[in-house]
Amino acid sequence: MSTTIRPAAVPRRRRRISRWATPFAFLAPVLLLFLSFKAYPVLYALYLSFTTNEAGQQLFVGFDNYIRLASDPLFRIALGNTVLILVVQVPIMLVTAVFLAVAFNSRLLRGRTVFRVAYFIPIVMGLVAYGILFSALLKYDDGLVNFALSSIGLPKVPWLADPFWAKMAIVLALSWHYVGNNAVIYLAQLQAIPTELYEAAAVDGASRWQQFRNVTLPGLRPALVLTIVLSTIGTLQLFDEPYVLTNGGPNNATLTIGMYLYQNAFQYFDFGYASAIGYALTLIVALVSVIQMLILRRRAS
Amino acid sequence: MTAQLTTPRRASARRTSQHRRREATRSGFLTVFVALGALVMIVPFLWLIVATTYPTSEIFTVPPHVWFGDYFWQNLTTLFQSRGFGDALRNSLVVATVTTVIAVFICSAAGYAFAKFTFPGRNVIFVVIIASLALPSQVTLVPLFQMMVELGWLNTYPSLILPNLAVPFGIFLMRQSMSSVPDELIQAARVDGAGEFRTFLQIVLPTVRPALAACSIFLFLGQWNDFVYPLVVLRTQDAYTVPVALASLQGVSSTDYGALLTGTLVSITPVLILFLFLQRHFVAGLLAGSVKQ
Repeated sequence: MSTTIRPAAVPRRRRRISRWATPFAFLAPVLLLFLSFKAYPVLYALYLSFTTNEAGQQLFVGFDNYIRLASDPLFRIALGNTVLILVVQVPIMLVTAVFLAVAFNSRLLRGRTVFRVAYFIPIVMGLVAYGILFSALLKYDDGLVNFALSSIGLPKVPWLADPFWAKMAIVLALSWHYVGNNAVIYLAQLQAIPTELYEAAAVDGASRWQQFRNVTLPGLRPALVLTIVLSTIGTLQLFDEPYVLTNGGPNNATLTIGMYLYQNAFQYFDFGYASAIGYALTLIVALVSVIQMLILRRRAS
Repeated sequence: MTAQLTTPRRASARRTSQHRRREATRSGFLTVFVALGALVMIVPFLWLIVATTYPTSEIFTVPPHVWFGDYFWQNLTTLFQSRGFGDALRNSLVVATVTTVIAVFICSAAGYAFAKFTFPGRNVIFVVIIASLALPSQVTLVPLFQMMVELGWLNTYPSLILPNLAVPFGIFLMRQSMSSVPDELIQAARVDGAGEFRTFLQIVLPTVRPALAACSIFLFLGQWNDFVYPLVVLRTQDAYTVPVALASLQGVSSTDYGALLTGTLVSITPVLILFLFLQRHFVAGLLAGSVKQ
């Protein structure tokens, strides 16, 4: 801690108390709200995950919910869907975002201001709003996307009715929505790379591609690690888009862990099981992010 | 001799003009590439605007409309009169504004405490708050719902506002900016006899105005677009926020796309206005969502 501010002279006995009173007074509202609406619910959910509701009473059942979860085919489907959407969507979006950020960082680009607004429009839309928009755009017979496909001679795609394409519809919508957001993060990082590095590379005769490989990508590393981890965490918790776009269908093809939790909690009112799903999700998120950080950090060294 | 002298010069002139031409080509390619991408980004939005000007039966045509119809006001009227969207818009505006104002204030106060004071447990408390970011928000969904049932707060503003005030990102962001406020400034205010609270309010807060703006935008967006939690605690239509109202419009067996898409456009308008006026702060607010750098 570099800075400490001493209050004006106070009698010695009271000095310590009053020194702590000020920061705690500033902290009090946040602390109180955090304890009531975050810490308490998180712990209560842990308790709930070990209980089941029978005739209006919460009964303690030990690990029963978790055991049931381990052999629940629907949970496995939800996990599989979520992971599939994750491994297709995150790389496509992040690679596009990197190239976009590099393009925006180049002095060769014309019309930057106009383009920036275009790439920002999706970010401005809320999840439900763009989910609804895409449900209209992806209609089979008369949606805009299928019109565009058939006008360049491609067959129409059953976006929302086919198990595989429904997942791709979510991939498409997610990428459209978040690509600009990630590009902004990369752009901020790119602007922190000193131009001398590029000049030195050019003097050494490095081609543009070599400069990209050896200067740009290493410079982007912190932002890359961050966006990979954040996008993964976000996608694992996917709820709004499948809820609005496909409602988990067709035939559970877009059921995500978040949706399965919601269904158990608020359609079957099985709070204990829903809480167990919540903690399983927490565990998965924690595990995946730790593994990612370990891999990404090891490659750095 | 003359020839020998002029040759290299001419060669270099040729090289620069060649270089310039290559630059121009490259610039052209790059711009076209980015423009195509921008088109993909913006066409859905333009389609939305055009779609809201047609009645439901005429929205989906092959080929699609390329110009506006004249049904926008009717769609808007349907939306507000028979679908109760006015309530939703009012609820969202009130909840998002109140949340933002209070949250920015208390997150700043907490950030100030973390940045400028030492007290027992400071680091532990901060780490716990930040670590809570790693928890999926769905974990607290059931307990918060039960809590609101017990408190009798279903369908109320407090149920939406109170759990969204102590925002870890906000606290982190404000702590970062507070630590750049010079200690001398704070000391000087105290020497002049200002109390702790007045120092914070009148000296410290004004110096971190850009961070306040970024934080406000981040919080407003989060609350304006929040969906799952409001979906759970709002059980009657007149209590719906905009995203919940939109989703419920879609739930109707035969969707009235005219009203639904108009509602979608209305829901993004406040954010769009915010963005156009505060572009710089908006970017900062977005980057605030990706802290840690």
